[in-house]
Amino acid sequence: MDIKGHTVRQVMVAEGAEIADEYYFSLLLDRTTGKYLAMCSVEGGMDIETLAVERPDALVRFPIDPNAGLDAVAAAEIVAQAGFAEADRDAVASVLVRLGEVYRDNDATLVEVNPLVKTADGRIIALDGKVTLDGNAEFRHPEWAQYRDEASEDPLEERAKALDLNYVKLDGSVGIIGNGAGLVMSTLDVVAAAGADLPGSPRPANFLANGLEIILSDPQVRVVFVNVFGGITACSEVAKGIIDALGMLGEKATKPIVVRLDGNAVKIGRHMLTEAAHPLVELADTMDAAARRAAELAAE
Amino acid sequence: MAIWLDQNSKVIVQGMTGSEGRKHTQRMVVAGTRIVGGVTPGKGGQSVTFEEDPVPVFDTVADARDATGANTSVVFVPAPYAKAAVLDAIAAEIELVVVITEGIPVKDTAEFVASARRSGKTRIIGPNCPGLISPGQSNVGIIPPNIAGAGPIGLVSKSGTLTYQMMFELRDLGFSSAVGIGGDPVNGTSHIDALSAFEDDPETEAIVLIGEIGGDAEERAAAYIAEHVSKPVVAYVAGFTAPVGKTMGHAGAIVTGSSGTAAAKKAALEAVGVKVGRTPSETASLMRAILA
Repeated sequence: MDIKGHTVRQVMVAEGAEIADEYYFSLLLDRTTGKYLAMCSVEGGMDIETLAVERPDALVRFPIDPNAGLDAVAAAEIVAQAGFAEADRDAVASVLVRLGEVYRDNDATLVEVNPLVKTADGRIIALDGKVTLDGNAEFRHPEWAQYRDEASEDPLEERAKALDLNYVKLDGSVGIIGNGAGLVMSTLDVVAAAGADLPGSPRPANFLANGLEIILSDPQVRVVFVNVFGGITACSEVAKGIIDALGMLGEKATKPIVVRLDGNAVKIGRHMLTEAAHPLVELADTMDAAARRAAELAAE
Repeated sequence: MAIWLDQNSKVIVQGMTGSEGRKHTQRMVVAGTRIVGGVTPGKGGQSVTFEEDPVPVFDTVADARDATGANTSVVFVPAPYAKAAVLDAIAAEIELVVVITEGIPVKDTAEFVASARRSGKTRIIGPNCPGLISPGQSNVGIIPPNIAGAGPIGLVSKSGTLTYQMMFELRDLGFSSAVGIGGDPVNGTSHIDALSAFEDDPETEAIVLIGEIGGDAEERAAAYIAEHVSKPVVAYVAGFTAPVGKTMGHAGAIVTGSSGTAAAKKAALEAVGVKVGRTPSETASLMRAILA
């Protein structure tokens, strides 16, 4: 089944409800304050982003202290501010407290209920919900394994994950290996800029924090750019990794590899690659020069 | 001068007896950091020797503080136990707690950051950060000590490797302090906190701000710069070509009011007079022109 571009393999079916009234509630991590933020409106059912822009007063925003959580006091305050009918306040507040427990007990970063409804017979029900879980908390939630939809993951991303590597598939022709998310993101930008005026405008194909074999096995990749600034990572280890991987792949390795190394043990690392003199490996002096060379090779 | 960390800082290492803690303590000692103790619950009374000097291990941060006068802690404790370690440091009223550990659940981070704010005594840097260095004075965390020496530039960044890259690009000029605030959704110290400290630091003449996609920290930094920062600021934003992530959905966009893209961040910074480089090397050139 296709729902808004997502292939869906499991669906939960719930009993239909006779809706008397629709509301909105969410609880999420507020990166700006480092606290949680509860948002609530008695005007549910409509597009909440539109409501937030057009009628901001109709959306209550209530900060929640992470150490206190969404307790009964906070819930009572939220329903009062949101303007729920007096008769419904206790029922709604108790649902909010339970949603707060769902958030806390499941290491969620978002619990969004839209719509929260009152049924014709007066019950308050979370009719539709969206929950985002914090991947960092996976170690204390073994029950999450059952939710993973492996079939929808890219097979190369899957292999990388098994090796504890961070791999993202893109659609260009220059494969990128780097250390650290920031430097890798920056490398993507520098490669895209360096290739902008070349035939076919070579662009980054993918990136990950290690794992030459995986990146070379992507048929779309024509050239690999290894960009490492060694902090903890020693450049000598990176050089050894490249030499070992190429040794293991033997004649299966056919794509050029442009390498830029700086930082921890850079002299040893560069010396090792110069000594190995592998015909596919080119050393570059700077990040910019390496990006340009990789883009040129991809454009050939 | 420098911000938050100088040659007088007395540093304890939480998790010093673990393999990561031991390896990085060795590097910090060699770099000249005054490491006065370690903390590992249950191992109080032991010691670990670095460069022929034994460093005592304590059960709690309060014990370590009482015995050594430490005012700074650096945390290498594994993610499942990191919250307890940081709360121990907050309870002991340590002034600066630098949390290197990555992979801490954001709920734990939100809780200890809120506790630190309520205490009013402790500044947390991180988590998931490389730490900070005041070259020639002290180095707390995992930033390589030899990239650049002391100088007039203050640097603040979410990314560790981009911190190293930018220090390398500007190594001829040098740094007062370089602070890696970490890339997690919640962190103890923001770009704005660092901008404010650099503005007040007489040795800092100009500031490099490194941002990346997601959230609205750079937009808020821009608003702060317009009002409160008189020193020249040069910025770099990583992630112009990064894929759009599966982020927090609608509710997240409502909160920040920002698209979180690199282009939006660059525009916000340029609107307040900050020069923004398209690459690390171009950003370095912009800084060089300012300090020439």
